[in-house]
Amino acid sequence: MSEITNLVKSLADKHGRYQESLLPILQGVVEQHKYLSEEAMVEIARELDISAARVFGTASFYSFLNTRPMGKYIIRVCKTITCMMHGKNQIIQELEKSLKIKLGETTLDGKFTLLETNCLGQCHKGPAMLINDEPYTELNPEKVREIIQSIKLNDTSKTSNPDLN
Amino acid sequence: MAKKNLQRLDLIFKNEQDGEQILTKTFKRSNQDIVNDLIISGLKGRGGAGYPTGLKWKLASEAEGDFKYVICNADEGEPGTFKDREILSQVPVKVLIGMAVCAKVIGAHEGYIYLRGEYKFLVEPLTEIIDDFHVLLNKIGFDFRVKIFLGSGAYICGEESALFESMEGHRGEPRNKPPFPTQAGYRKMPTVINNVETLAHTYSIFKYGPDKFKDLGVQDSRGSKVFSVSGDTPIPGIYELEFGMSLQKFVEDFGDGDAKAVQVGGASGFCVPRKKFENTKIGYQGKLTGVSLPTGGSMMIFNSSRSMYNVLHNYLEFFVEESCGQCTPCRVGTQQLLLGIEAVKKGEKSSEYLEKLLGLAENMRVTAKCGLGQSVANSFSSIVENFKEEMIY
Repeated sequence: MSEITNLVKSLADKHGRYQESLLPILQGVVEQHKYLSEEAMVEIARELDISAARVFGTASFYSFLNTRPMGKYIIRVCKTITCMMHGKNQIIQELEKSLKIKLGETTLDGKFTLLETNCLGQCHKGPAMLINDEPYTELNPEKVREIIQSIKLNDTSKTSNPDLN
Repeated sequence: MAKKNLQRLDLIFKNEQDGEQILTKTFKRSNQDIVNDLIISGLKGRGGAGYPTGLKWKLASEAEGDFKYVICNADEGEPGTFKDREILSQVPVKVLIGMAVCAKVIGAHEGYIYLRGEYKFLVEPLTEIIDDFHVLLNKIGFDFRVKIFLGSGAYICGEESALFESMEGHRGEPRNKPPFPTQAGYRKMPTVINNVETLAHTYSIFKYGPDKFKDLGVQDSRGSKVFSVSGDTPIPGIYELEFGMSLQKFVEDFGDGDAKAVQVGGASGFCVPRKKFENTKIGYQGKLTGVSLPTGGSMMIFNSSRSMYNVLHNYLEFFVEESCGQCTPCRVGTQQLLLGIEAVKKGEKSSEYLEKLLGLAENMRVTAKCGLGQSVANSFSSIVENFKEEMIY
């Protein structure tokens, strides 16, 4: 069995094979692989005995359920009003410069993906961003540089997402 | 002249150690008494819609179903709102007690906290607290379990019927109402779905009685309310204040001295310009003097350096992205409003075109399927009407 088959099976064992388990299973795959491949979605459909179209329909609705390959660290910068007022654009510019990618892109080594997102609920501490599940608040360009630097230093793994290339 | 500050309250965030005692005490009372207390207290839903909480519990307790569910709505997604995160971080046990008492009243054995994906970092600490709470429930011999259900980044899932759809593994598309959740909610079973803050307030009512709660606030809006204050303010953050305050007082306390507008209730709320601060009160729609604005607690202050066109543009982009796309008025309407104000700004359309857009927004208010599409007109009309010149030049 392929790795994805095993993963989907273990997630279905954990959450149960009900329609109510679909979202938790999709989230579980995204947590491991950062995105839902076609193979994963077909496999989930098989496990839950529902149509693959239904799985894709649900998956594509949610902004955190990526259906295209993503980097190991997904950066989501809040673009909603108060973060915008407090300098969201400078944060994006700094990230684009530090990572040498544009908004929406993934670095060549498959480590970082840069996205914008709607309100993160950190409006009193804007500008804010999420890196994977971790919120970072009261950002300024310097702080952003340090955060990215420290992730790069702590993660020297060479493994990149093979799906990206 | 001494400035009189708004009274800050410390009810909801007060760290109380008597959870077990309150739970035991409340469990000894009849369901009828508990519901009556909630009704007397005047507690209304703190998510913004303001449905009387006692009545909701009563209806669910009378409804028939093989199973019943208690759901805590923690899909706090309204721009400018962050109070529920703070309540779940600081006083989660109050929320759990509210859920357990509700379960007793309506006859439920399963409860869920639908937590927005953006707050995933709360799952670990919350799970520990829920585990401890289950031990407490075992001790008093009540069969009720709470699970966290994580959202995945969709604003619309804060709408209760979309939230059920999401939990059932579907796209977060709102259902037609009726039936209401108390008759057919999660898995089409009778369900009580309450906002985080509402549940935390029930704890205070169980502990101090309904009268103390009712003493706070004014007329139709009783109790305290947690406000999320952001924007052009030197002191952004969470504040618990009494209902019924005037916006003028609010701005004096929280503004930077140059406030030109306050957005009450987030992107789906209302924009109040400076000249109307004095006559605007914060509370549910009732018989207050002047205009009374309901809110889930989002208060965004804009000073005179801000372009209200940019503010509206940001809100509309938000709605375009977050509309579920199910009904035409909302899916097409939000896009056309955005394109429309861009065209007027660029001079491609004359300023009279704004009237047409206002008409479209009002149409959405009556034809959209759910609260998202219906409330776009709130911010759209209040910003366009009060800041027309900023939309054009």
